[in-house]
Amino acid sequence: MKYWKGIEELDNSPEFAKNAFAEFPDFLPVKESRAGDAEDSSVAPRRDFLKLMGFGVAAATLAACEAPVRKAIPYLNKPEEVDPTISNFYASTYFTGSDYNAVLVKNRDGRPIKLEGNPESPVTRGGLSARAQAAILSLYDGGRLQQFMAKGKKADFDKVDQAIRTGLNSATGKITIVSPTIISPGTKRAIAAFAASHRNVEHVMYDVNSASGLLQANGGVLPAYDFSRANVIVSLGADFLGTWISPVEYSRQYITNRKVRSDGPAKPTMSRHYQFETALSLSGSNADIRVPVKPSQMPAVVLALYSAIVGGGTAPALTPAISAKVKAAATELQNNRGASLVVAGSNDPAVQVLVAAINQSLGNVGTSVDLTNPSYVRQGDDARMAQFVRDLNSGAVSAVFFYNANPVYNHPLGAQIKAGIAKAALSVSLNDRLDETGSLCQYQAPDSHWLESWNDYEPKRGFLSLAQPAITPIFKTRQGQESFLRWAGSNETYYNFLKAGWRNVLGANGFQAAWDKAVHDGVATGTALTAAPAFSSPVIGAAEAVSRLRNVPTAPAGTVELALYEKVGIGEGGVEANNPFLQELPDPISKATWGNYVAVPRAMAVANKWEQGDVLSISAAGVAKPLNLPVLIQPGQADGTVSIAVGYGRVMAGRVGDNVGENAFPFAQVNKDGIVYANAVTLKATGANSPIAQTQTHHTIMDRREVVQENTLEKYRENPKEVTEYERIATPEGLEKPSKVSLWQDYQYNDHHWGMAIDLNSCIGCGSCVIGCQTENNIAVVGKQQVINRREMHWMRIDRYYSSNAHKSDFDEKGKLDTYAAMEDPSDNPQVVFQPMLCQHCNHAPCETVCPVLATTHSSEGLNQMTYNRCVGTRYCANNCPYKVRRFNWFSYYSNEKFEDVNGHMFTDLGRMVLNPDVTVRARGVMEKCSFCVQRIQLGKLEAKKQKRRPLDGEVVAACAQSCPTEAILFGDMRDPSSRISKLLKREDGERAFHVLDSINVQPNVTYLTKIRNVEQSAFFPEEKPA
Amino acid sequence: MMNSFLSRTSYWVLALFLALAGSATAQDATSAATVSQQGVTPGGTAGAAPATGGGDAAAIQAGDALFKANCTQCHAVNEKVVGPALAGITKRRQIPWLIKWVKNPAKVIASGDEYAVKLFNDYGKQQMPSFALSDKEITSIMAWVDSQGAGPVAGPTKENAAKVDGAGGDTADAGGAGAGKYADVLLIVLVVVLIVLVVTLVIIANLMKDVLRGRKDLDGRDVEILEQRFDWAGLYKSTALRGIVGAVVALALLYAGVQSVMAVGLTQGYQPTQPIAFSHKLHAGENNINCAYCHTSVYKGKSANIPSANICMNCHSQIKTESPEIKKIYRAIERKQPIQWVRVHNLPDLAYFNHSQHTQVGGIQCQTCHGPIQNMEVVYQYSALTMGWCINCHRETPLNTKGNAYYDNLVKLHDKSNNAVPFTVSSNGGTECSKCHY
Repeated sequence: MKYWKGIEELDNSPEFAKNAFAEFPDFLPVKESRAGDAEDSSVAPRRDFLKLMGFGVAAATLAACEAPVRKAIPYLNKPEEVDPTISNFYASTYFTGSDYNAVLVKNRDGRPIKLEGNPESPVTRGGLSARAQAAILSLYDGGRLQQFMAKGKKADFDKVDQAIRTGLNSATGKITIVSPTIISPGTKRAIAAFAASHRNVEHVMYDVNSASGLLQANGGVLPAYDFSRANVIVSLGADFLGTWISPVEYSRQYITNRKVRSDGPAKPTMSRHYQFETALSLSGSNADIRVPVKPSQMPAVVLALYSAIVGGGTAPALTPAISAKVKAAATELQNNRGASLVVAGSNDPAVQVLVAAINQSLGNVGTSVDLTNPSYVRQGDDARMAQFVRDLNSGAVSAVFFYNANPVYNHPLGAQIKAGIAKAALSVSLNDRLDETGSLCQYQAPDSHWLESWNDYEPKRGFLSLAQPAITPIFKTRQGQESFLRWAGSNETYYNFLKAGWRNVLGANGFQAAWDKAVHDGVATGTALTAAPAFSSPVIGAAEAVSRLRNVPTAPAGTVELALYEKVGIGEGGVEANNPFLQELPDPISKATWGNYVAVPRAMAVANKWEQGDVLSISAAGVAKPLNLPVLIQPGQADGTVSIAVGYGRVMAGRVGDNVGENAFPFAQVNKDGIVYANAVTLKATGANSPIAQTQTHHTIMDRREVVQENTLEKYRENPKEVTEYERIATPEGLEKPSKVSLWQDYQYNDHHWGMAIDLNSCIGCGSCVIGCQTENNIAVVGKQQVINRREMHWMRIDRYYSSNAHKSDFDEKGKLDTYAAMEDPSDNPQVVFQPMLCQHCNHAPCETVCPVLATTHSSEGLNQMTYNRCVGTRYCANNCPYKVRRFNWFSYYSNEKFEDVNGHMFTDLGRMVLNPDVTVRARGVMEKCSFCVQRIQLGKLEAKKQKRRPLDGEVVAACAQSCPTEAILFGDMRDPSSRISKLLKREDGERAFHVLDSINVQPNVTYLTKIRNVEQSAFFPEEKPA
Repeated sequence: MMNSFLSRTSYWVLALFLALAGSATAQDATSAATVSQQGVTPGGTAGAAPATGGGDAAAIQAGDALFKANCTQCHAVNEKVVGPALAGITKRRQIPWLIKWVKNPAKVIASGDEYAVKLFNDYGKQQMPSFALSDKEITSIMAWVDSQGAGPVAGPTKENAAKVDGAGGDTADAGGAGAGKYADVLLIVLVVVLIVLVVTLVIIANLMKDVLRGRKDLDGRDVEILEQRFDWAGLYKSTALRGIVGAVVALALLYAGVQSVMAVGLTQGYQPTQPIAFSHKLHAGENNINCAYCHTSVYKGKSANIPSANICMNCHSQIKTESPEIKKIYRAIERKQPIQWVRVHNLPDLAYFNHSQHTQVGGIQCQTCHGPIQNMEVVYQYSALTMGWCINCHRETPLNTKGNAYYDNLVKLHDKSNNAVPFTVSSNGGTECSKCHY
């Protein structure tokens, strides 16, 4: 099997070939991250140089005379549990209207600096999504509104409260609160208290990524899914690993059935995952069998599955390729009754009714589908929201409150809402910033950040969690709940109000102790906070659903269908849009950063002669403004379809997020059943070109067989010793292991030998580790232009490889021409492998031997140390690194004003609060790379030494391993025979364990485990026959 | 910078003088070295527990840690701090009584226990807070206290301090910024005497010449001797002398240049004026207050924190409340404005230093790096705090491995392979880059 890292490589364009062997481009000018700088600033005239030189000498002389006086300012009254330089962890909860994560907040010197998963949580079990990892940066977001405002002027709490109360008392029509899904019982009670004190209050919840159809089909509840109890998973367009409902929870469940080991009592098994979808999603890239289907074909796929399993109703004709896969899926589902799961991402209640019926018929309800303890994370009602928009425009709403809701931007009817807000006599925004909606309101009463607030959450019935303030409010903001209490005429603090509610859960006896424990743990159980869900009957019966789907009008031939999707990082484009970590997080599949694009299948690009980066104008009936977005050729994209990510094109998000990409929300359609995230579009080339900032094709040297290994479950069951191909080198004694011949002497590790094992079977490519590493290690954000210049700074990247079914071994049978022709086919629907790539901490490190100043050396614990203050920036090490994991500081990212927009958190005192004080901020001109989180190693060792013992396994965890929701990364001491990593490496030795580029004998301390796919051997060509 | 320059200059002048003065300084140097190697232990901050008084070694070890974590703020073994000295506590009270007391002193006092009430009254009705420690933990603390009582504790301090001061008498301070007044006076007197001597000699010589010139019976040779003049011009023109003088000047300039270049960025001796004239000499020296009583995180954290105002108030709510310096603390508290101390020891951001690694694990005394802090009226930077200084110590200092299970196997491995060489910090990787730079 041959992998290629991008279309450019498959094409082998001259430009690609030229750059393939250059780690750094020859010359890349310094340019603004955004266009508009006419003068080329990289040219410095001689006189300027002399002037600068003169000034520099003078400045250096002056600076040398006077050492600055530094102050040490202790607490006036030190809290007992807080000690300077010692981190405390507080349990809290991340939920911003989409995914739920129980977190631990790392507090250092009174300020939160990092989020980690809370292992106590039965829902997310210690995992954390990339979005939650990056959320720490949003706390220090300078774009937040810093005080209450009234009619465009700064105002204090009392004045705004007074005005709002007056407005409420004179309201004659409806008083509407618009919010995203609220899973906090306490918040709902606060809103209820507000509703009770005024007439005619209604609370409208809507979800940007709506599950309204799913709710309607299940009698008003969202089933709780358990992917760990499914041997066969069929997903119809639901990206449950990336963005659908509760990805961290699902990832954790999903992966329990995907991990394999050969020493168990029985032969290893894996779940089988079918994915029918339009765009290549994170789930699709992990699926065993992925079938690209158009959005318009989805009803037919559902019907076909329904008729095969439940019976009744015949499906419209599907292409043979699809219907074969549907049949195969149906057979496997039927063979695994009660241990399978069908999910659908569609927002069409008819589709969801049939999916519910399929699960019912398969006996999955009660095993993998739980209706008694449903999930609460999606409660939005599209119909009510549409009704609200009508009411607002008809003048029936006299007061409107936007509670962390930005529908002007993120609702398909945003333009109507924008026009309607002025018709309400009172409009109040509780949004954290002056965003597209909030700026249209009369009053702004910004909500505090969740890290500054008390709150409770119930993501699933009976599963509770709490959030506690980890810092006092940075700005003059007030918790939204408290605002509602004030406007209801109550003077109670929200903390007391919240606590009072919890008496029902924890009991009046010994309440304080139980409450303290709940706050400490961050999670609790109990169903007393909310009433049991009331089941209504589904809106439509199965029979009607069948007939509705049968009668879906087929799109005329040649229609280009657009599928809208959310990105794993940016999501719906809320606070995430102004978060530079997430803007620069490469999309797991396309590896694109900073902006959206139109993903088109290869065939369509070829037919229309579009090249990557060509800007297309995308328009649809009923959409006022066409989008101008660059083309990205996306393997796996269904024929005749294109995909665009929502969440971009903000105009009032803040310095980072404004004008990045274009807003695709208006392309979603609203019909009577809810929002449809698809549309028929026309595409037209504009002739312009806009490069896409991709991180992937930059590092092209790893185009070899020994980089990534994979095999089938069938083969693994047969003989686990044959799934990995180990390279041998020729010696006089015959073929030997590469380590047999070496130039270097081996190190002896007496104390520790730190190592990492990465299970390619478990890695789903979500990018949580990338952001975890970035927050932990103060890694700079560089902006779009520098990513295009191949200067991104991520220490940890996730390489994504597409597969191609055709292979050189087919030359003899099919002939060269046919084989080359066939090589183009699989790119339409490739298999995907994710490989986290970081410094391999080689024991025979090529970088160490070439450094002229010994800035990179080997430690007695196996670490490849990078010493910034010694580095003079020759970049020899990066050139000599076979893994291309070293990063060079081309600029002072913390002080060069060109980076102030994208890397603002390193510029202001406010932003710098997020920096990890244990890690140096690197200066211009030095190299940096993964340190194996040496600061965590040192801390772990110190704690052990203080307690006069050896460190325990699991005490020292690198940030990436810590954040991984699927436990794909294992970090530990390989010198300790009882550590998990020692045991794992011993067990997998000769089976799945391999080193990347083993033959060059650099002896990495990072070991990978071969990926095992649950596919037929016939669908898989792992072996390359020696030529 | 100016400060340090002045202090350095005066240091040089004094050093010159002392070198002339001869042997007296040798003693000073020795005593300073003793301080830096052994340290003094105000209040008995014994890093590693010495003699075990027969108790269970593990319990004592646990007790050591517990004591440091919970008790040192108010108690020392041999000193009365806020609470009573604890030496011999198990002889004064039974263990069950002590357990009850530590867990809930208020209850014991309320029960009317005679001893407890007396204690309460004796200590100004300040009540000890209750501690949520287990019986076993309390017992192990007591075992540790006993073990401290059994052996002569390295610590208490009057003797030690006297030894340090006594070695050089008052000149012990001579190496510092303020030299003894005697030295100055002596110097001036000597110079005056010298000048007087020279002047007297010149006068006598001239007188003699005049007398001789008045005599007529001198022959030609005598007149020649009488009238001879020294050939200054010849000396001036001598190449050899010119060369020697030139070379000496060049060498001196070179030396001074190298010294001043090497001192760029060095702040050794930095002694800023603090907003409150807090005296370590009084607190740590004369009153023997344990360093960790105020610098609470020195055994557990990266930084040895500057104490917060409420720690000052633990004592100064009652002691010396009238002092104008202490009133500054009251003002800070009233105005809710924290005191802005001037930071004396500044490490560059790229260097990582952790106090607890050196104090708790390494068992190093505070004075090893901070100098005779118990004698400092105003704190100054005693050590150079350069990388060379750090590395040197790491190369020379044997690891404090005793009783620390972390090192057990490492010591065995080291002894097996290289028994002759001491197991120093650097032989365990203590001079590798990423031990301090990351």
